[in-house]
Amino acid sequence: MTETAAATAKAKRSWKDVDLRAVAPFVALALLLVLGAFANPNFISVDNLLNVLTRSAFIAVIAVGATFVISAGGLDLSVGSMVAFVASLTILFMNSGVVSDPMMTIVAAALLALAIGAACGLANGLITTVGRIEPFIATLGTMGIYRGLTTWLSQGGAITLRNPEVQSLYRPVYFGEIFGVPFPIYVIAITAAIGAFVLYRTRYGRHVVAVGSNEDVAHYSGIPVSRVRTLTYVIQGLCVAVACLIYIPRLGSTSATTGLMWELQAITAVVVGGTALRGGVGRIWGTVCGAFILEIVGNIMLLSNFVSEYLLGAIQGAIIIIAMLVQRSLVRKT
Amino acid sequence: MSLAPSPEQADGTAPLLTVAGLSKSFGPVQVLKGIDLAVEAGQVHAIIGENGAGKSTLMKILSGHLQPTEGGIRIDGQPVVFSGPVDAEHRGIVLVHQEILLAPDLTVAQNVYLGREIARGLVVDDKAMNEGARKAIRELGGDIDPNVTVGRLSIAQRQLVQIARSLLVPHRLVIFDEPTASLTPVETEALLKVIADIRAKGTAVLYISHRLPEVKQIADKVTVLRDGRLVTTRDADEVEPVDMARLMVGRDVAKLYPDRSTSGVRDIVLEVEDMSVPGYAEHASFQLRKGEILGFAGLVGAGRTELMEGMVGLRPAHGTVRLAGKPASFANVHDSLKAGIAYLSEDRKGKGLLLAKDLKVNLTLASLGRFVRWGQVDRAREREALDKAISEFDIRTGSKDLLAGQLSGGNQQKLLLAKMMMLDPSIVIIDEPTRGIDIGTKQQIYKFIAGLAAEGRSIIVVSSEMPELIGLCDRILVMRTGHIVGEVAGDRMNENEIVVLATGVHAGEAA
Repeated sequence: MTETAAATAKAKRSWKDVDLRAVAPFVALALLLVLGAFANPNFISVDNLLNVLTRSAFIAVIAVGATFVISAGGLDLSVGSMVAFVASLTILFMNSGVVSDPMMTIVAAALLALAIGAACGLANGLITTVGRIEPFIATLGTMGIYRGLTTWLSQGGAITLRNPEVQSLYRPVYFGEIFGVPFPIYVIAITAAIGAFVLYRTRYGRHVVAVGSNEDVAHYSGIPVSRVRTLTYVIQGLCVAVACLIYIPRLGSTSATTGLMWELQAITAVVVGGTALRGGVGRIWGTVCGAFILEIVGNIMLLSNFVSEYLLGAIQGAIIIIAMLVQRSLVRKT
Repeated sequence: MSLAPSPEQADGTAPLLTVAGLSKSFGPVQVLKGIDLAVEAGQVHAIIGENGAGKSTLMKILSGHLQPTEGGIRIDGQPVVFSGPVDAEHRGIVLVHQEILLAPDLTVAQNVYLGREIARGLVVDDKAMNEGARKAIRELGGDIDPNVTVGRLSIAQRQLVQIARSLLVPHRLVIFDEPTASLTPVETEALLKVIADIRAKGTAVLYISHRLPEVKQIADKVTVLRDGRLVTTRDADEVEPVDMARLMVGRDVAKLYPDRSTSGVRDIVLEVEDMSVPGYAEHASFQLRKGEILGFAGLVGAGRTELMEGMVGLRPAHGTVRLAGKPASFANVHDSLKAGIAYLSEDRKGKGLLLAKDLKVNLTLASLGRFVRWGQVDRAREREALDKAISEFDIRTGSKDLLAGQLSGGNQQKLLLAKMMMLDPSIVIIDEPTRGIDIGTKQQIYKFIAGLAAEGRSIIVVSSEMPELIGLCDRILVMRTGHIVGEVAGDRMNENEIVVLATGVHAGEAA
């Protein structure tokens, strides 16, 4: 583009300059809400919507972490297995009775879950940065490892929270409400708010986007590229741990199939939310919106009689492709 | 819709290519205004102009990448409309791109024939393609094994492969877009010979370049563009490079290099001893004084860039570095930046700037720590810094919200300079400071560099343009195949001395 062209193009700044890619997911969400209301009047009720948002919490929280990894040009396929692994170890710890007081058991278990999540993420990060293995391959490997360890821990069966006192104390973390809003929705909001602050406002966030945008430029600018990348995986691990903490009280048990295919849903949420899979652009609120879209589509299918709910996976697969096509057609023409 | 030009009509009455009243607008912005041009077969027609003058747009229209808004193109007097670059190629118009567009993992022959492979039935005929590629490159005066992967070739060799690839289709007009931008003088000389050969075969050549002496040497006709308008077309015999520069810029640019007062002996700020960068440079030792501009000359591949990158911790290297007499070692760039050494990469787009991010983000990327307040990046202060940088370095941008990739090459370089100066370094290493930059901006960059030295900073300039080094530097070190082979200063600072050192051959023998 020539300088003169740039100068004149800039003179008129209007609503046309709004980056459509950033707005698209929210428009899609609004359209879905309208569509859902037509499909079944019950859909648009506050109860149903709160219920849907609550159920999207696991994917939304995990996807906030995935936004960091993907913005920095990485990928983490292991998050679904990591959920199973972290949740299983956490339940085993609570069952072990190492801490006698039920409240302290939960607090200690939460800290343990965060530590394990961070450690799992750190392992992913170090394998890709220090080990210099493509993130796709590295996390494909750890995906198998975390899943396999879970199967081994559970001996092929289920790992169930057995202490009734802990159970009843822990239950409200998923089923409880504050001011009529289910607790998991607060968890989404807080996680996303922290994520948005870190990604948009802090030096580290700027570095994440710079590394994803062009690793060489970041390196030549004195940014510790490997450390920045590794930390994105640790953030992902922490988000997985948070998701586990609201997952455990829901069913009170884990098995070898816990979190199956969640990595795909998380990546879908991130991409639908407008984050570029090649890195360099991250949109936290878009990601949360993407997670809602996924859950709402499922809910609409359940409430309407148009499509069999067994086709859910196929529909979600189609969504990711459509989202990419929309993103491409909305590329800013500059 | 248009008639294909039939060979019968090529009777010499009409020029090979004529352009009449050609205009191009992008939205409300007019980039080209009423261009008239006639290109004759067997002539080299140079198009010169500053960045943003519209050269690239014109070339893109002539090669079918863009459609004109007004006016038309005729081939042999017949009006044509190109449906796209492939259509233009079918009509014999070939564009040799400025950027090297080759697949580094494929072999030379595979690249030459990419998209038009010779096949026997379902199986590609590697033998025929190797043969063809070897022959095509030899015709250009090169000797490259067609089985070597392109990633292992030098820039000049890659360019030769790219030209061979372009010339493989039957052609009548070849457009070269700044082909010598990244070549050394010796390589440039070879390329100009290739172009002369192409012309001798009756092919027309459109030649775009910033390097005016080169244009003077090769061109038959020179057309000057300024701000999207055609200023003049003249016979190359009639205009000297100085005139060309004046026509391009619209004012006098006789004084390209700033005056500098170099006074007395000053303290040594940087001492490098026995620095080796495995595979690129060996046992390099040199000193840099306060306020000095030290040049590094040499052919592409002599190891200049790698030596600098090794020294600042961007590559594995070993050797001794002393800053103001104190030993220092840099495990990574972060350390050297902290110690006050800034390195500006020759690869502005690939390693210098985040092209997809805005100016502010780029400006503060290396110095972001200074903009953090209570854990947050203070955007208001970033904006202030950008305003300051824009006025200080005369970064010409329509808006402060543009992306770095939308700036012209010259303004990108100014932004990169501004970005590294945010760190307030005492030693600045600038690699190819004016590559692909028009003459008006060059003059500015030289002024900035001289200004930095006058402030007491010490500068290292790595450049393949000898006039630039001679005009700007106090001393010049010359590298050849990884070794510093000599120093030129004072009376001995001339192109001949440098070429002799850089090539190891006396000028008489090289010619």
